[in-house]
Parts: sequence; C-alpha cells; structure tokens
Amino acid sequence: MSKKKTKEIKPSKERLLYLRRTRNEKAAVYSVRIFILVAIFGLWELAGNLGWIDPFIMSQPSRILNTIANLYAKGDLFPHIGISCLETVVGFLLGTVAGTLIASLLWWSKFLSRVSEPYLVILNALPKVALGPIFIVWVGAGPKAIIIMTLAISLIVSILEVLSGFMATDIEKIKLLQTLGASKWQVFTKVVLPANFGTMVNSLKVNVGLSWVGVIMGEFLVSKAGIGYLIVYGSQVFQMDLVMASVIILAVAAAVMYQGVLLLEKKFVKEKQL
Amino acid sequence: MEDIVNVQNVSLKYQSPNGEIEAISNIDFAVKPAEFVSIVGPSGCGKSTLLSVIAGLLPPTAGKVYVNGELVTKTSPMVGYMLQKDHLFSWRTIWQNVTLGLEVQKCKTKENTDYVKDLLRTYGLYEFKDKYPAQLSGGMRQRAALIRTLATRPEILLLDEAFSALDYQTRLAVSDDIYRIIRKEKKTVIMVTHDISESISMSDRVIVLSGRPAVIRNTHEISFAGPDVPPLARRELPEFRGYFNAIWKELDIHV
Repeated sequence: MSKKKTKEIKPSKERLLYLRRTRNEKAAVYSVRIFILVAIFGLWELAGNLGWIDPFIMSQPSRILNTIANLYAKGDLFPHIGISCLETVVGFLLGTVAGTLIASLLWWSKFLSRVSEPYLVILNALPKVALGPIFIVWVGAGPKAIIIMTLAISLIVSILEVLSGFMATDIEKIKLLQTLGASKWQVFTKVVLPANFGTMVNSLKVNVGLSWVGVIMGEFLVSKAGIGYLIVYGSQVFQMDLVMASVIILAVAAAVMYQGVLLLEKKFVKEKQL
Repeated sequence: MEDIVNVQNVSLKYQSPNGEIEAISNIDFAVKPAEFVSIVGPSGCGKSTLLSVIAGLLPPTAGKVYVNGELVTKTSPMVGYMLQKDHLFSWRTIWQNVTLGLEVQKCKTKENTDYVKDLLRTYGLYEFKDKYPAQLSGGMRQRAALIRTLATRPEILLLDEAFSALDYQTRLAVSDDIYRIIRKEKKTVIMVTHDISESISMSDRVIVLSGRPAVIRNTHEISFAGPDVPPLARRELPEFRGYFNAIWKELDIHV
C-alpha cells in the first residue's frame, strides 16, 4: 500500500538533488579507490622498468602475474590455496563451536567460571605462537599441528566473547522464563542461546581473521603445502616474485572468505533480530 | 469466599558480601478470587521482592505463602507473571511468543493452542500472529505479553510494574485495556506499582507499604459508585481524589 503511494508521488526537486548528490558521492569514492589500486601497481611496474627499484628484491606486478600463471600451469596454484583455505575454515568453525560449547559450560556453572577466570586471562595474554613448537612435538609436523595452532589462537577469544554475551543476557527475560516454570536447560535454549546468536556470528567473523593468522603461522613452522609454505619457501630460495604473489593470493583468499561469512550472516541474522 | 492467595507473616532478607538487607518484613494479607489488589510503596521498598516470593521464585526467610490452599515452594502454572517490559522475544513471531509458556510447560496441545487462538482473536491480535514484535505498537505488544501470560490459564496474575515502561498516554490506554481483559477473564490480580493513580484506577483494594524494610502501613478498600467502573472513567470520579490524597500522605513522599 505505502509502496504504491510513494511510486505515485512525484519526487520533489530537493529529493532529486539529494539522490543525485549521494549517487555522485558514491561514484567518486569508487573511482578514487580504483585509481589508488591502479596507481600503486602502475607505479610499481614503472619503477621496476625504469630501474628505480630492483625487481629481483622488490618484485613487480608483471612478474607476480607470471608467477601466478606458472603456478597455475604447473597445477600448483589451487592445491596450495585449497589447503590453506581448508585449514582456515576448519580452524574458525572449530574455534567458534568449541568456544561456544565451553562458554556454555562456564555459563552453566558459576563456580567453574570463577575457577577458570585467571587461567583464561593468562592464556588470553599469552602469544599463542610460542606454543607452536610444543604442538609440533606433540602431534607432528603436519596439518594437525596447523589446525591446533589456529585453535589456540581463536579459542580463548571466542570463549571470552561468547561468555560475556551469555552473561549479559537480559535478567528480566530469564526471569520471564522462570515465572513460566522453565528449567535451567530451557532458559539456556530458549533465551540465552537465541539472544546471543548475533554474538556467536560476530565471534565467527573475528575467528576468520584469527584463523588465517594461525594457519599462516602454522604453515611457516611446519608445512609442505599452503600459502604460508609458499611464502617461506619463496623467501628461502630468494624468489621474491613467489613471496609477493603468495601474499596477494592470501589477501584475496582472506577477503573472499570474509565476504562469504558476511553473506551467511545476512542470510541467517535477519533484520527482525536487530 | 475462600482466599485464593494467603500471605502469612512473610519476611525476606538478602545476603550480600556487604551485609544483610531486610527487604520485606512480616507482610500479612489475603486475596479473594477475582479480586484486584494493588500494592503501592516507595521505589526500592521491596514490592517486587514480595511478588517474587508469591510467585515462588524466591523462598521467604520467614513466613509462608499459600496459593489455592497449597504452600508455595516453586513456580506454579496457577500463577502468571507480567513484568515491566513486554519482553517479547525479537527472534520469535507473536504466535511463537504467546505460546512460549505452553512450550516451556510442554502442554502445547490442540486444545491449548485453540484457546490461545481464541484469545488472540478476542483481543484483536490474530492477524498479527505471524508478525515479529518489532512490527507491533507498544500497546499491542503489551497485549501480546498479557496473552502470553493468559495462555497457560493461570488463576492468579502478578503484575510487576507492568505498565511503567510505557509513556504516560499509552500507559493510561493500555492499563484500561488490560483491566477490561482481566475482568473479562475473571482473573485474580496482585499488582505492584509505585503509581498511586494507577493503583486506585484499577483495584478493589490498595495495600500501602512503607520504605525498606517494607511493612504494611495501611489497606484501603476502593469502591466507586456504579458497577465495575473502568480505570479511565475512575480517574474522572470525585472519590478518586480522596483516595489519592489519603495514600499520598501515607507514602510520605519527599523530594
């Protein structure tokens, strides 16, 4: 009904002006963004060609493209990307699920949560990379160690974030359920969990970034495949083209994955919940 | 008539690291079926604590509460509770919200859901049952909250400052609306409020509590000329002012 009405009414002059202005602003932002990207890569390429920089050390967009094309031709490109992506996805899903489960336990038992508090604080403060060598000794140098590394990085943060969400659940909503005669389990499943769906999705988003850190760190330390491995291998054999190409692939892969999670969020966290 | 709620010498002390707080002391009163009793008192005097004790959410330190002749030790389906805000869950539709109690008590039978559908129809919310709370007005949300409470067919309703989150005009309209529904459904009500006018406009009896620890200071039988005068109309009647002044003096409000 209201939709029809707005269609019939002719927009005022001021409205049209406003619409044009916002459209122009948007176009300007996009143009400048693209310009910056083109300028950086163009300048980089030019600097290499004119001898301002040494392409052997600084690499060059054309050499990077060549490297990527070579990787692709040898059939190495997607296996490397695939393994890193897989490790990351496993890492952030595991981190979020395990974090939520542990946070649930701590919500359930106030005693447990009070006991574990100092441990969580210390583990949170500890730079998890320091644990890398320990994991390698324990589970061997392989994807297992990498996934444990990503878990170590994302788990504690997830627990703390989800738990603080659980604890902040509106007491009155909990009271409402109690007045209806709800058990603690019902309070948890009918209020605490659904009320914190957004918190969990947020934690998932944070974990995507943290998992990439864990995966690359892990691959630096142990792997024989993956984007992190390509970076370390490239620097060891002094193939800066390979290092730069890997970093750019990594940037694209991480961005695509993050956008994927945003899409999932849009699909599942509907507007009504906000 | 037999008393449906019997509060006998109830006291409650809260314990905290900083000491002991006596919230209510020696409260004693009874409520008859279909009676509307209000409890007024200064803010923070322990009114809500008293309701929580009657609902079985908090065990009293001393004294006993009987509902329908049975000693209260835990929450009972006989008693419904309405809180300050509607607390409709934003992630549930109105239908899923109003049937929450049936779901929790695991009695979502056809008979019970039909009853809820009737309530929704009677009180003009049936067409909105698939909407989400954010799509409803404040008054409609409060109605939905009442239907959620009525869905489990409690005999007794406890209203805990149920209208105080609404703006003044809406509050007048909603309290009139809710009053009519409650009378029609013939429920017994114990309402806690800090609003003297609200208590006089809705109840048969007003119990005045002192500041903390709350003790009963006085009880006023409220009666207006004419059968069952609704809240908005009561505010216009000459008796209203007399009751207001008497309770105002007893509450001893200073700024």
